[in-house]
Amino acid sequence: MAEVRDGLRYTRTHEWVRVEGDVAVVGVTDFAQSELGDITYLELPEPGTTVRQGESMGVIESVKAASDIYAPVSGEIVEANKTVVESPELVNKSPYDEAWLVKIKLSAPDELERLMDAEAYRQFLAETAAMA
Amino acid sequence: MSTKVTPLYERHKSLGARFIEFAGWTMPVQYEGIVSEHVAVRTRAGLFDLGHMGQVIVRGKDALRFLQYVTANDVARLQPGRAQYSLLLYPTGGVVDDIIVYDLPDGTAYLVVVNAANTEKDLEWLRAHRSHHPEWAVEIEDISDRTGMVALQGPLAEPILQRLTTFHLRTLPSFGIAQIEVAGIPTLVARTGYTGEDGFEFYCSIERVVDLWDALLAAGQPHGLVPVGLGARDTLRIEAGLPLYGNELSPEITPLEAGLGWVIAWEKGPFVGREALVRQRDEGPPRRLVGFELVERGGIPRHGYPVQVGNEVIGAVTSGTVSPTLGKTIGMALVARAYAGIGKPFAIVIRNRPVEAVQVKLPFYRRSRATPRSVT
Repeated sequence: MAEVRDGLRYTRTHEWVRVEGDVAVVGVTDFAQSELGDITYLELPEPGTTVRQGESMGVIESVKAASDIYAPVSGEIVEANKTVVESPELVNKSPYDEAWLVKIKLSAPDELERLMDAEAYRQFLAETAAMA
Repeated sequence: MSTKVTPLYERHKSLGARFIEFAGWTMPVQYEGIVSEHVAVRTRAGLFDLGHMGQVIVRGKDALRFLQYVTANDVARLQPGRAQYSLLLYPTGGVVDDIIVYDLPDGTAYLVVVNAANTEKDLEWLRAHRSHHPEWAVEIEDISDRTGMVALQGPLAEPILQRLTTFHLRTLPSFGIAQIEVAGIPTLVARTGYTGEDGFEFYCSIERVVDLWDALLAAGQPHGLVPVGLGARDTLRIEAGLPLYGNELSPEITPLEAGLGWVIAWEKGPFVGREALVRQRDEGPPRRLVGFELVERGGIPRHGYPVQVGNEVIGAVTSGTVSPTLGKTIGMALVARAYAGIGKPFAIVIRNRPVEAVQVKLPFYRRSRATPRSVT
């Protein structure tokens, strides 16, 4: 079973968000890395870029396929994780810790309410698995 | 549309496989992970379920004559117990399928092994040509539904298999085949493969293929043998520079363009596609299949991505991957002949961004360890 961490917020496109003050730390979930398989390449937005909730802000590519990374919240990119760009396989090894992807300065904190909490995301994964 | 499964489906499930639909079949794409399976085949050994592939028996007094006419390679060079890579061609010179022709050890028939996606098409093609020559004594029989097929590939393939048979495997050359017992199961064993490693492909009755799989897996476990899915099969064959039908080969691509001129037996007499190929050989093929590696990061070059020099599109990627063995991003592309040449640069357009690449020699990977050479 894929790990779903308590205390984080989740999107239906399998990004996670950890709120630290007015900044959202964003990554992809354990379920996402496991579905993608061996991750080989990441394209992340540059610091200073403005992103909007639900829009594509980068690309995550595995041996199998390329997928978009969607902004879970709107705001300005204040940092992108250079270590994970250099070593994309970190996403497979440590999706919730070392392999955070970007930090977004929240421009509309209310948007967090639209994201799932851990319990809702677990439920969402169970339904997704039931459909497959 | 419902898909077919092989008799090994339950085994794959219990081994934790993830499945994909491929050519009408539900097949394992990976178990542990594509990269770790790939590395296992390069360093130890891997076990593959190839139950989706098609097997056709061609027999009869005129079987040789028939195969000489419908395939590109020289079947007369075979003798019982030997196999040959070959092609079925359209009159235009485009490729119907790439195949392996086995001259069975008992000399009674030829076994033609074809790609899963092409099995029906190939059978129709063979039967149509058969019907053009009613006077030939040839029988074509599809045995796909009663034949189990697995492959054992990797540097430790031979010691693993040797544990299960009294047959002296050192005497079986590359592209040799033998009818032997493996763990007591009557099996046709061929020293062929699609990974760039030494290895074996096995054909047995479909009722015994689960037993064969279990025996091979158990014998191999102490040697680090792992089951391998279609994902690593693809990355392995790309490193080995081997063509995949639908990527490097198609009705629109001739073998001369695909770098398979060595398969064509020009002197053997008429065969389907020969005239078109002779013309193309004399004029020079308009495109060539080349190998390349990326010289900057930018993602994986996937099938169909444009290849550019300056702003001009000169071709397209046929296959690409990150090479686990070389640690580089590699691929093959079909490009206009004028631009083909080792060391020449071009760009692969990945998600609208040109990414710099340089042409390199194929194959990307060649094993160093010697295996018995064919004595023919």
